[in-house]
Amino acid sequence: MKKRFLSVLLCASMAAVSLAGCSSGASSSTATTAAPQTTAAQAETTAKAEETTAKASETAGEKLVVGFAQIGQESGWRDAETLSIQTYASENGDKVELLFADAQQKQENQIKAIKNFIEQGVDVIGLAPVVETGWDQVFAEAKEAGIPIILLDRRADVGEDLYATFIGSDFIEEGKMAAKEMAKLIGENGKIVELEGTVGASAATDRKTGFDDEIKASYPGIEIVASQTGDFTRAQGKEVMESFLKSNKDIKGVYAHNDDMALGAIEAIKEAGLKPGEDIKIVSIDGVRGIFEAMAAGEANCTVECNPLLGPLLFETAAKLKAGQSVDKWVKSVDGVFTADMAAKVLPDRKY
Amino acid sequence: MRETWNRLSEKQYFRPLIIFIIILLFNGIVSKGEFFTLSIVDGHLYGRIIDIVRNGSKLMILAGGMTMILATGGTDISVGSIMAISGAIACSIVNGNIFPSFNGNVAAAIILAILAGTVSGIWNGFLVAKIKIQPIVATMILMVAGRGIAQLITRGKIVTITSETYYFINGGYICGLPFPLFIVLFLVGFLVLFTGRTAFGLFLESVGCNPTASKYVGIKVDRMLLAIYTLSGAFAAVAGLIESAGIKGADCNNAGLGIEMDAILAVAIGGTNLMGGRFSIPASVIGALIVQSITTTVLALGVPAAYIRVLKALLIIIICLSQSKQFKDLVIKRKMINRKVVGS
Repeated sequence: MKKRFLSVLLCASMAAVSLAGCSSGASSSTATTAAPQTTAAQAETTAKAEETTAKASETAGEKLVVGFAQIGQESGWRDAETLSIQTYASENGDKVELLFADAQQKQENQIKAIKNFIEQGVDVIGLAPVVETGWDQVFAEAKEAGIPIILLDRRADVGEDLYATFIGSDFIEEGKMAAKEMAKLIGENGKIVELEGTVGASAATDRKTGFDDEIKASYPGIEIVASQTGDFTRAQGKEVMESFLKSNKDIKGVYAHNDDMALGAIEAIKEAGLKPGEDIKIVSIDGVRGIFEAMAAGEANCTVECNPLLGPLLFETAAKLKAGQSVDKWVKSVDGVFTADMAAKVLPDRKY
Repeated sequence: MRETWNRLSEKQYFRPLIIFIIILLFNGIVSKGEFFTLSIVDGHLYGRIIDIVRNGSKLMILAGGMTMILATGGTDISVGSIMAISGAIACSIVNGNIFPSFNGNVAAAIILAILAGTVSGIWNGFLVAKIKIQPIVATMILMVAGRGIAQLITRGKIVTITSETYYFINGGYICGLPFPLFIVLFLVGFLVLFTGRTAFGLFLESVGCNPTASKYVGIKVDRMLLAIYTLSGAFAAVAGLIESAGIKGADCNNAGLGIEMDAILAVAIGGTNLMGGRFSIPASVIGALIVQSITTTVLALGVPAAYIRVLKALLIIIICLSQSKQFKDLVIKRKMINRKVVGS
């Protein structure tokens, strides 16, 4: 009896695992459903190719087909961006088609996804590069196939001719804005610490450059006493902040390259018996819901919103590219600053 | 006195303990004593040592379970994913996202999360013991699929919770000491007693040395493997609870990412042979403390972010060299030769 029960349990768990395995392995649910259509379109294309030498992208139908390789689910911000792209695609299902790939934080997965997109003959490839380097080869392949690449919210370290355009915020400008807010909060002098993002990510490099340069140039009274990477995650943000608090006395402010690290830092500050938001001011970037809640509770002070609702902008730009219109090399999205006193008011309307 | 020393130095945990103390002393000297300062903040102890214990608690628990598996010559690389599943389930229940009928009951969340870890462990054990898939492959299934399951539970988002009761699992204090320390003491104590006071430990070593012979001797190898993988899964679930409580949220992508390698490293530093055989759970736990203290050291030194990994790797190489018998023999031989040359 016992054994039978065990085997039933195991069978059930096996089924659950295999089911879940399927949907996570191809966590691009839209991609799996959309793929047959594309292959059908491709078949059509090859049939037509006998008569004309038209490119796959032109004959793939009236629809604008965009393949998007997302980094993964690293933070609330990225979830919001993904959602914005997917929502736009499903709302405008008659005009656009989205092939979505989740790379689960791995560059090789993104490269694989791009190669798949090229094979499927999409019109435009969208990419949020997980790291800056190592893209030349695959970008060149896309270029050869005549498919323009749009970089979304993060840059890649490649030649300007290899990608069509970059849509996103000016991270350096964000860093500068954060520096100004920090200066306002701590009265232009005192010791502060910095929680950096993932080493090598453009968001981390530029947000550091912008912030550090602005502090150095305009606020000589402020000293950045420590700066370490928290890998954009809450757990690391907390651990690094714990360490900062022990090696540096009288820290007056924390600048975090994203909100999640700031949320981790808040816990570390509480642990040390200090009041986050009062004893130690907190400025971060992104503008996710969690930080707004923290600001409303008085535990954080300011966030520079890096607008993640890039879906509409992505598809508009892609449509322009497909139509052969020229676009700027950098399509800037609009960012804003939110302070604690605004948090309670905007919180109910926050989408992410 | 001398006898006690001799007996102590023969123990497997002796060398890791010395290394751990050296790391702490090094930090103490570099930071001019700041490293060891303990103060009382809000009625609890506060300092770097406390940080090491609390942040290392997850690894100590995992290393405990991992030691038994490695002792049989197996491995479990799914622990990080099981941590993510457990955190996802617990936080989603506390948040009311799943099973709203529990009303965010923390006890129910903890029980279900550990149950999920246990089921995951049974699954691993089943694959290894009954289907005879190689352990690294068998557990890789859950390593990959596990994060997917966790993301399904949280619908791919970071679930944030505000429950102070749940936070107690990581941030709570009893008698001024962090609560995770008590979890570690309880679980590791259980393991040490279980493997030390019963024949189970001996059986484990025997399976690790020669599974076929063990089977002929009459040891139920299958059942033992199933038991230890299940235990490892349950332990990973507890580690997942500690992790998610610490950040007041379930971060499926990053919870326990790569921790399986740290756990294996901890066991290796503890001197347990990864091919199976002789093992020591206390040694692995100290190994886990060493791994955690390396991270803490790197942070305390304020090394620029880009060099952290290199420095960690260097420290690990040094530790491994200090453990290697071959290396020591080599060094000693060199010295002898040099001496001879000088002597002649």
